[in-house]
Amino acid sequence: MNKELPLQHVQPTPSSPKRKWWRKLYTQRHIQTMALLGVVWMIIFNYIPMYGIIIAFKDYDIIRTISEAPWVGFEYFREFLEDDNLMNVIRNTIGISLIKLFIGFPLPIIFALFLNELRSVKFKKFVQTISYLPHFLSWVVLGGILATWLADVGIINNILLWLNIIDQPITYLAEPKYFWTIIITSDLWKELGWSAIIYLAAISSVSPEMYEAATIDGAGRFQKMWYITLPSIKSTISILFILAVSGVLNSNFDQILVLRNSLNDSASNVIDYYVYQTGLLSARYSYSAAIGLIKSVIALILLLIANGITKKLNDTSLF
Amino acid sequence: MFTLQRKTKGEALFDLINTIGMILICFITLYPIWYVLVNSLNEGTDAMRGGIYWWPRVFSIENFKAVFESAGIMTAMGVTVAKTAVGTVAHVFFTAMVAYAFSRRGLIGGKIYILLGTITLFFGGGLIPTFLLIRDLQLLDNFLVYIIPFLFSFFDLIIFMTFFREIPEGLEEAARIDGASDWSIFLRIVLPVSMPVIATIALFHGVWQWNDYFTGMIYINNTDLQPIQTYLYRVVAQSSSNQMMVAVQGSAGTQTVTSQSIKLATMVVTTLPIVFVYPFLQKYFVKGMMIGSIKG
Repeated sequence: MNKELPLQHVQPTPSSPKRKWWRKLYTQRHIQTMALLGVVWMIIFNYIPMYGIIIAFKDYDIIRTISEAPWVGFEYFREFLEDDNLMNVIRNTIGISLIKLFIGFPLPIIFALFLNELRSVKFKKFVQTISYLPHFLSWVVLGGILATWLADVGIINNILLWLNIIDQPITYLAEPKYFWTIIITSDLWKELGWSAIIYLAAISSVSPEMYEAATIDGAGRFQKMWYITLPSIKSTISILFILAVSGVLNSNFDQILVLRNSLNDSASNVIDYYVYQTGLLSARYSYSAAIGLIKSVIALILLLIANGITKKLNDTSLF
Repeated sequence: MFTLQRKTKGEALFDLINTIGMILICFITLYPIWYVLVNSLNEGTDAMRGGIYWWPRVFSIENFKAVFESAGIMTAMGVTVAKTAVGTVAHVFFTAMVAYAFSRRGLIGGKIYILLGTITLFFGGGLIPTFLLIRDLQLLDNFLVYIIPFLFSFFDLIIFMTFFREIPEGLEEAARIDGASDWSIFLRIVLPVSMPVIATIALFHGVWQWNDYFTGMIYINNTDLQPIQTYLYRVVAQSSSNQMMVAVQGSAGTQTVTSQSIKLATMVVTTLPIVFVYPFLQKYFVKGMMIGSIKG
């Protein structure tokens, strides 16, 4: 063993790479401990639940372990296809998610572009500070605020009555037809400023010389936005678009759980809520896990589509 | 507001409209919060008549007194403070530790570890398998359910790693020559120079912990262990369809509080701590968002 050091300078014997590997591992023992603590955590809290998905293909109940439960194949998936709630749940999930994506994704970019055009740095900071405040409120508190605003005697009804737009107060949260609008608007109110931060950061790194050159060429404010700012932050937009699409089916749950009730159920029941309802409230674990798996598959497909779209757009350079 | 550049009429008009638009956005953002605040500061039965928009009509702090006197709310507040404090410290420390290990060059198995983590960003078990795991781990109705399942996040690990990789290598080398172990390098050198990223992650996770009601809702039955947001959820969301209002005599005897006004006061009390800390941490989270999203 005391020949270890000189050995590095001679031809390695067949056994030495292995020994070297063990020695390296030994010098890394502290750092490996740190890393493995993280890996063990991931195996328990990420990978065991992934394994747990197989209860979707089994007849699981709480008196048996997962491996003891008998296989039933696609039984629960077939049952979901015959479920009366299927169409409604799918329509609400996809509908709310897509509208959120098409409104909630571009608006922060537009907001950031216009915020960037403010000449006073102080005023810009002020608007920013205020615009991300709602991000820090919980959906529970926001749900409370909305319930107060949208109540019979709430401020929205008062304004509309005063303007003679309606002649009877409306119970907005009890009517399915208003639910999507409430969801989309309140989400925008909460997240507009926060989502704009990243675009503002990207815009601030665009070289000022490009704007000066464009000004000399006679470009106006909108032309500079369109021909310089947007192309410069294109890669940020692409990455965030992929992230937005891959998370689109997850973005609703906290909010919907707070705003839904039995009266607006036909517009508010989404896959996540249905999983919660069948799984945790009715204890139909296998059925619920099957529905959750269907959602994951849809989310994965959306992710691949979004990735494909941004790849294509960036290659053919839309801007 | 003045620049040396000559402004055309069109430019001036653009600036004017843009400024007005921004003021409008600020108003729309702040007003709903203001509305809740002034209504919570108004005497309960009077507030039921509506029409309080700018300032309390009959000023009263009875609602807040009632909130602080109610045992259930104070217990829930204590649980929230505890879970936010313990959860945030534990999450930041554990995630930073793993990130430090993962970011070390030449770590045996490093690529596999990072692949394992990346997969978790896109796939998960979902609600039911996670619930069954938590149940099997005996974490139901256990305070640790707020801490252990949220010790680690691979997304936050990426933010930490990006930061750690920019720490000059010489700093660690010098400590190593002085005989420092990996643990003491992490604790005494890496952590202290990483305060900006620690503050960012702590803010993100702290706000999440403070606002999370779902964990308390599905894993906790014992009301002594429920956080304030879960408490509020049970009051707010479940009564939103029936605007039932019960007036009760306030502690002073002359003024009254209603379930509605207590609800508003609880919302204010729940939110105030966050509103107070966030302007101070603003510079950190803006920086953190940049590290996390552009490079990650």
